Amino acid sequence: MPTKPSTIHVLHPGLFTTVQDLGRCGYQRFGVSVSGAMDAWALTVGNRLLGNPDGAAGLEITLQGPELLFEQALPIAITGADLSPTSNGLAIPMWTVVGMQAGSRLQFGMRRQGARAYLTVGGGITGPMILGSLSTHVRSGLGGLSGRAVKKWDQFSVGPVIRTAARSIGRSLPEPSRPRYVTSPVVRVMLGSQTAYFTDEAIRQLTVSPYRVTTESDRMGYRLEGAELPHRASADIVSEAVCAGSLQVPSNRQPILLMADCQPTGGYAKLATMISADRSLAAQLAPGDSLSFRMVSAQKASELLRSNRAELDRLLPPRGS
Amino acid sequence: MISRMIQLSEYAVTVEFGDTIDLPTNELVLTFTGAVDQAGIPGLVEVVPTYRSATVYFDARLTDAITVMKDLRALTATTTSAPSRPPITHTIPVWYGGSAGPDLADVARQAGLTPLEAGALHASVTYRVFMLGFSPGFPYLGPVPARIATPRLPTPRRQVAAGSVGIAGTQTGIYPQASPGGWRIIGRTPVLLFSLHRPKPFLLAPGDQVRFVPIEEEVFKELSGDQA
Repeated sequence: MPTKPSTIHVLHPGLFTTVQDLGRCGYQRFGVSVSGAMDAWALTVGNRLLGNPDGAAGLEITLQGPELLFEQALPIAITGADLSPTSNGLAIPMWTVVGMQAGSRLQFGMRRQGARAYLTVGGGITGPMILGSLSTHVRSGLGGLSGRAVKKWDQFSVGPVIRTAARSIGRSLPEPSRPRYVTSPVVRVMLGSQTAYFTDEAIRQLTVSPYRVTTESDRMGYRLEGAELPHRASADIVSEAVCAGSLQVPSNRQPILLMADCQPTGGYAKLATMISADRSLAAQLAPGDSLSFRMVSAQKASELLRSNRAELDRLLPPRGS
Repeated sequence: MISRMIQLSEYAVTVEFGDTIDLPTNELVLTFTGAVDQAGIPGLVEVVPTYRSATVYFDARLTDAITVMKDLRALTATTTSAPSRPPITHTIPVWYGGSAGPDLADVARQAGLTPLEAGALHASVTYRVFMLGFSPGFPYLGPVPARIATPRLPTPRRQVAAGSVGIAGTQTGIYPQASPGGWRIIGRTPVLLFSLHRPKPFLLAPGDQVRFVPIEEEVFKELSGDQA
């Protein structure tokens, strides 16, 4: 039975906090970016712990968390990066459903692991659906709170909490299944649409040299810095679709790893695509971190994605199953 | 009629019909896109047509690339360049030059024309919407008459006003929202290309045609006022 809707007040916005769900599909042909949670796996885990649908909206919290006030009692889960969450001075366990008391505050502290934490709440964060999604895409001003990041004194409405959500308090993702976010992960890639645009040296170099995440990195993409990835001739192609994970290389020979907010199309040659199963690892990086690439086949990438999802379903079955 | 099919990711396949910007290639892309829209392929999420390829996104939980590629191959076999429908032509008023078109004078000078002539030349042809991209509702139109085809600015502007009409080589386009941009801005339209406050948020679709009509600053202001 639904209980009455709940409100969360923003006392401090944090560095960059946005409302995200699993993205805005179906409008890329009109130039609309998919966006959605950078670490969709972490958001999904939070929602499943709470008994929400996978695509319920939560807050994506970047590096420095907000301070929030809960008007009513509400079950929540914090997943993804460990940014030292506390409530009224007490540490809040990660990957676990916790019952926030009416009038309690949620704060964050030091970055212990990862870069993006997800606050999911029983009933999900609600708001106006824009083209089928609540995801915030700041660049085009769509979704979330008027298409922007969270500000001081914003308020969030929470959907009706089903009674089972209250019963989920204490439920957690088993320790061994929690991801370990490192600051220099190895992510796997499959060869891309324009591999033929690159020299053999570029393909070799990609898999032996580490690449640093520069300060010109955000939800749209990471500009990486490392060994040059030379083209055979031109770096430019006639614009075509790109997706999160596409590794584009402009004429400066330094790769750009496209992330959740990427545009639907791009005009740089793509050397490779990061596999979906490793997207969480990349989503948890901040400027100054680095990553290395390993090559896998497209078939292997699909197998890894499938087993990744099967493992999640085994640990935390989706709602309704 | 197909050059190749590439797996973009575990959940996306790109069907490439060429690697140039031209009408026959784009017709193939759009006819194919229409066919995929209609085909009821299991697990289909969306199709993104561009100048010369169409990328088909699917739900990797429901299907896989090999199955989707098989279905797509069958569809490409029957894809011809016959237009799927007669194109819709949109008339878009543009205030050329002045503060609306800071690059018109440069474009005109390089073409050996007056700004007025350059604007008139830009408005003298019917353009095709080859694709949308960059930002919600941004159309890639072409081809621009060779004489005024001008490369992008060496350094993009931090802010381009909403409605700005730009040139980049033989392409012309309209910025639906204020954003950074590197195209040469020659004018501005009061028409909203993207608005959530109407049943059809996007004015243009790939395959449509656009005709620009020069208007005076006063008319622009009047029309802009109407929408406020």
